[in-house]
This record gives sequence, structure tokens and C-alpha cells, in this order.
Amino acid sequence: MRISISAKTAALVALFAILCTGVPRPAPSADAGPIKVALLAPTSGSAAAAGHDMVAGWELYWKERGGKVAGRTVQTTVYDTASNAAHALDQARHAVEQDGAQIVVGPYLANEGLAVAPYTVQHRIPLFLPTVSADDLSQRQASAFVIKVAGWTSSLTTHVAGEWAYEQGYRKVVTLANSYAFGYENAGGFAHTFTLKGGKIVDQIWAPLGTADYTPYISKVQASAPDALFVEMVGADAVHFLQQWSQLGLKNKIPLIANETTTDQSNIRSIAPEIVEGITSFGHFAEGRDAPATRAFIDKYGKAEGVLPSYMATSFYTAAGWIAQAIESVHGNTADAGTFLRAVRDIKLQDSPLGPMVLDQYGAPIENVYVRKVVATTGDAAKYAKTWNVVTKTYPHVSQFWTWKPADYLKQPVYSPSYQGYTK
Amino acid sequence: MGLQFYVQNALGGLAYGSLLFLIASGLTLIFGLMRIINLAQTAFYLLGAYVGLTLVAHGTNFWLASVAGGAVTMVLGLAVYSAFLHRYHADHLTSLLLTLGFALILDDGVLAVWGGDPRSIAPPPGLAGSIHIGTLVFPEYWLAVIAISFTIAAVLFFALQRTMLGVMIRASVDDEEMARGLGVDVNRAFFVVFAAGAFIAGLGGLLGGPITSAYPGLDGEITPLAFAVVIVGGMGSLTGALVGSLLIGLVNAFGKAMFPELSYFTIFVPVALIMAFRPQGLFGRKL
Repeated sequence: MRISISAKTAALVALFAILCTGVPRPAPSADAGPIKVALLAPTSGSAAAAGHDMVAGWELYWKERGGKVAGRTVQTTVYDTASNAAHALDQARHAVEQDGAQIVVGPYLANEGLAVAPYTVQHRIPLFLPTVSADDLSQRQASAFVIKVAGWTSSLTTHVAGEWAYEQGYRKVVTLANSYAFGYENAGGFAHTFTLKGGKIVDQIWAPLGTADYTPYISKVQASAPDALFVEMVGADAVHFLQQWSQLGLKNKIPLIANETTTDQSNIRSIAPEIVEGITSFGHFAEGRDAPATRAFIDKYGKAEGVLPSYMATSFYTAAGWIAQAIESVHGNTADAGTFLRAVRDIKLQDSPLGPMVLDQYGAPIENVYVRKVVATTGDAAKYAKTWNVVTKTYPHVSQFWTWKPADYLKQPVYSPSYQGYTK
Repeated sequence: MGLQFYVQNALGGLAYGSLLFLIASGLTLIFGLMRIINLAQTAFYLLGAYVGLTLVAHGTNFWLASVAGGAVTMVLGLAVYSAFLHRYHADHLTSLLLTLGFALILDDGVLAVWGGDPRSIAPPPGLAGSIHIGTLVFPEYWLAVIAISFTIAAVLFFALQRTMLGVMIRASVDDEEMARGLGVDVNRAFFVVFAAGAFIAGLGGLLGGPITSAYPGLDGEITPLAFAVVIVGGMGSLTGALVGSLLIGLVNAFGKAMFPELSYFTIFVPVALIMAFRPQGLFGRKL
């Protein structure tokens, strides 16, 4: 008896589902009403802090502008991805199919981005990725509808780091990264250029994301006695690692070459200065960059939020400005996706809180990479944080393909544990 | 892989295992006594950490703040117990869902109040340094955590073995009906055990802070390890919780260091083996 009831229920549910998807929706009329933007951000779950920063950066820009551009209101709805790829895709569907979103911005995690992109491409909805840095979204899976507006590519910053490390005289390096796409791409970029120069990668350690106790990995690094350690960490993992690295007395023994996220402001703001001061890292953003565009932004953000911005907040603020500029140049007519996307691609930022930026034909920015160092804050910034990343060297106009020709570069597979750009 | 490798991992494993004990001891006793699988136990740990770090930021002494963190979670735990859980302790599924619900509420509550940035917690002054012996480095605080956890374990053992209340608790674990029949106030034993479990987990929050830091989602990461401890040690056994914690701590440390790609595998292999060959756990009673 029970079985037949549940079978009936299932049939009804299936019928309902078919009806729902089959009902035609009226096409949104051109240029009438607001421009609806869906902001996909993890406002709950493991990446909630990043989600908060993304929303804060985005909203700060639109508040400044009064929420209008080219005579049209920009109406942003925030959808919580719960730091989960499947949920991010559900939310994107909800935003596009039920709420009529015309533009999707976000999400945050690489796996969320990889889940959402095929869907928005299929529905010909522009997807802008200010923080999702997954290499392939602007490489092997590039699409006209996916643009890393004010964004970056994971291995772009670490290609620079590999060469830089060799120039510092380091010859034997260990890499320690989280075992997921972002970690593989960060470590791969570094290992590739470092070994091409002639350096040797003596060990590559992959730690699961969400590791609280890094001491076993650290002792493995020590056992290899490298000249330096390349490290990629995100969020709480960065805090754990940096704290334990210092507790085990290695901070002044083995030099660290960190990726962007390890010393991002959102992590170092809660760590005692002596643990992080002096660490070198590579990023497309540096909150301590001595340039008017960056200074003006951190000042505004500090006043609004009481802290210095993370790269997430900065990227979304910059992306909002970028998109606004594109909407202006098409006079508010975003309904024609082709024209609008071309306008987005044509924008060139002479300077921004992140630095100068232009897009390549794959939808990824060509941008500055900064060699950064964590030091004590000075001036007004000292009101908002104890330490920040200042720039010690700038590599201008860096492409996601570094010095390779795109066609040659794209012949290699995307970086993964089995492909790190060198033969072992 | 020299001496340093082994000593450092052994110490790191013991320190992490000691923290697990602070969570798993409550988990195992609550289960042994009330048959409640308390999924909110690690959320108590997290809440204790946040309450503690807030007090420390306002100038409270580190140890006092730890105790205050424990006190807050104890009060909260008792409220949850008295208002909801005590009605369902024989009903596994309902109590499981209830504790899961409270874990989620606590998690989101913490996110709403303290935000999502990971918060690092400095060790108390005097224990922030490291001891250097030759090339070996021991963070002082790790040694302190091991010492504190063993002290708490000793107190718990004493309370269970040598006090009247302990006798009543053990009697209730062994045979609840018979204990009731003999006039043991089983409900009081339940109350005390739940309170103690919540208190120790909350206390552990700040104590473990310098090692695990605090961030929303931390509880979800510790829960599988805490359950591994309970399964390995045997449900309801305090000795099992202690041995299991240290074992899982050490396996975790050496497994990660030697086979980093298999870090979860190395933890759950012993769990699977125990389930296959000794389902009651190392120190549990026969099922």
C-alpha cells in the first residue's frame, strides 16, 4: 500500500516538474524597468566571510552611484550559494528562470564557478567572475558569455613567483597547497616556471582543504630541507598554517613564497603581527599599494566597514565600476547580449584599486602582478588594521599565458596533481 | 625523516588528540548513558571558542575566559536538554535530528554574531614560546594542552570511579532499569552528565583555539574525528575515549605526514577495521 502511494506522489511531482519547466515565460522587454543583476555569493557555509566581502564591495560601489547608470536602475539580488557548487547552480537557475536576472555576477569558489558557467552559457546570460580564478574558465572552456571582469587567473600570479624565486637564488623548493583545483593551479604555475629556469621541486604536498592541524605537513617540509617553501592556503587553512609555521620556529628558517590568498587581508587581520610580518606573497591586488586609486578605495572601504578590504571586496567594487562603464557605453541597452558583452570587453582601466587592467580575447584580464610583503600599517590604514601587504616589485601587464603563445600554452593540460608543468 | 620528524609528529598528534578527548569524552558519556548521539557537541566547542576569544579581547585572563566559555555552553546545553532532549533520550532518530538542528542553529548564530573571518587565538602569555632542544622545537602551548587534557581526564576518572555520583552514573550506564529500581536518581545522573559534557566541550573551545583557531564550520570538521574516536574507543567508555583520542590524534599526524594524499583514508581505516572485527570498540561492552 505504501509503495503505491509513494509511486503516485512521485508521478505527481514529476508531472509538476515537467509543467513548471514547460510553461513559456514572457521574454523580458528591452530596456523597460531595472537591469536585474544576480549576485551569487556564499553568505553561509565555509566561505561566508568571502561572501560578505563580495557583497560589501559590490554594494559600496552602487551606493556611491545611487544605484543608477545610463538612466536605468541596477537592481541587485544576492543569492546565497552556501559555499556549495550544486546549490550555486540551483540559485543561478532560480535567478535566471524565476527572477529574470539578466546578468550574473559571482560566485566565489572555483567549483561553484565551474558548475554555474555551463548553465549561464547555455542560456546566453552574461556571467562575470571577479573572484572565480579557475584557469580553464578563460582557457580551455572559455566562452563569449563568461568574462573575468576585474578578475584573475590562478596560475597567472604564480608563473611570476616561479621565475622570481629562481632569481632570488632558490634552487630546491617544496610546494604545499590544498588538494583542489585552486591549489593545483597555484602550485602548477609556480613549479612550471621555476623548473623551466632550472630550479628543482623536491616535494609537492597536497593537504585537504579544511585541515586544522598542519604540523604533519610542516614536518614533512622540514624533512626535505628546501631553500624555500611555496605555499597556497585559503581562509582558515591559511590562519592555521601561518600560526603553526611560526610556532614550530620555521618562520625565520625557511623562507616562504606565498600565493595571494595566504596573506590576504581577510586572513592576516586576525593574526598577531609577529607571525605574518615579512612574508612575501604574489597577488593581483595589494591593499598597501601606493597608488591613488588603491588609496582612495581602501579609505572609503575602511570608513564603511571598519577594516581594510580583502581582494574579494576590491574585485567586486572594481567589477561593479567596470560593468557600469560598459552599461553606459551601450546607453543602458543591455538586452542585446552581444553588443553589451563587446562593450564589457572593450573597457580598459587605466588604473583601478587593483591596478591597470585590460581583457585578452579569452576573457581574462592582463594585469599587474605584485610582489608583496606583509608589514605594519602606516598612516590612515593603521586605524583599520595592524598589518597589510605592500608592493616591493610590480610586474606590469602580465597575461594568463605568461610568456608563452596562447596556442602553445593551451596544448598543455590544465594544472593538476599529475601535471605540474615539469617531468618528475 | 629523522628524529625530529617522529618526535614532532608524535607531540603534534598527542596535542591534537588531547583536544579531541575534550569533545569525545562528553560525546561518549552522553551516548553511553542516554543513548543520545549529540551532534551539537562540536558546536558547543565552537561557541566556547568564540565566547572565550571575545572575553580575552576585552582583557579577561585566558584561563578564566576558557572556564566562562564552558559555563556559557553548559547553561545553553542544559537549556537544550531540559526543554527538548530529555523527552527523547530513548528515541535515537528524534534526538539525533534535534541535536543536528541545534548544531546548525549554533553555527549560523556564531556566523551572525562574529562574522565569518577565521579568528586566530594567541596562546596565553607565558606559553607563547617554544622549547628548543637541539634541533627539536616544541611549542610550549602544546605541552600545556596535553597536560590540561590529562588533568581533566584524571578528574573525570576520579569522579566516575570514586564518588557516589560516579557510582550512580555507572550503574545507570550498565542497566538503567535496574538502577531506577534500586532507587538511583537516573534523571539526575543524566542531567549532570549532559552538563559536564557541554561544559568540557565549551572549555575546550578556547583551550584548543591556539591550535585550531575559530571559524564557522570548524565544528563540522571536527565532528567526524570525534566520532571516529568514539567508535574506536567504544561507546560509553571514558578509557576508550582517552585511548581513542590519542590513537586518532597520532594516526592523523603520522598518516598525513607519511601519506598526505590519503589523509582521510589513514584515519578511517582503523575505524573500519574496528567496526569489522570489534564492533563494540576497544573498550566498549559487547553489543
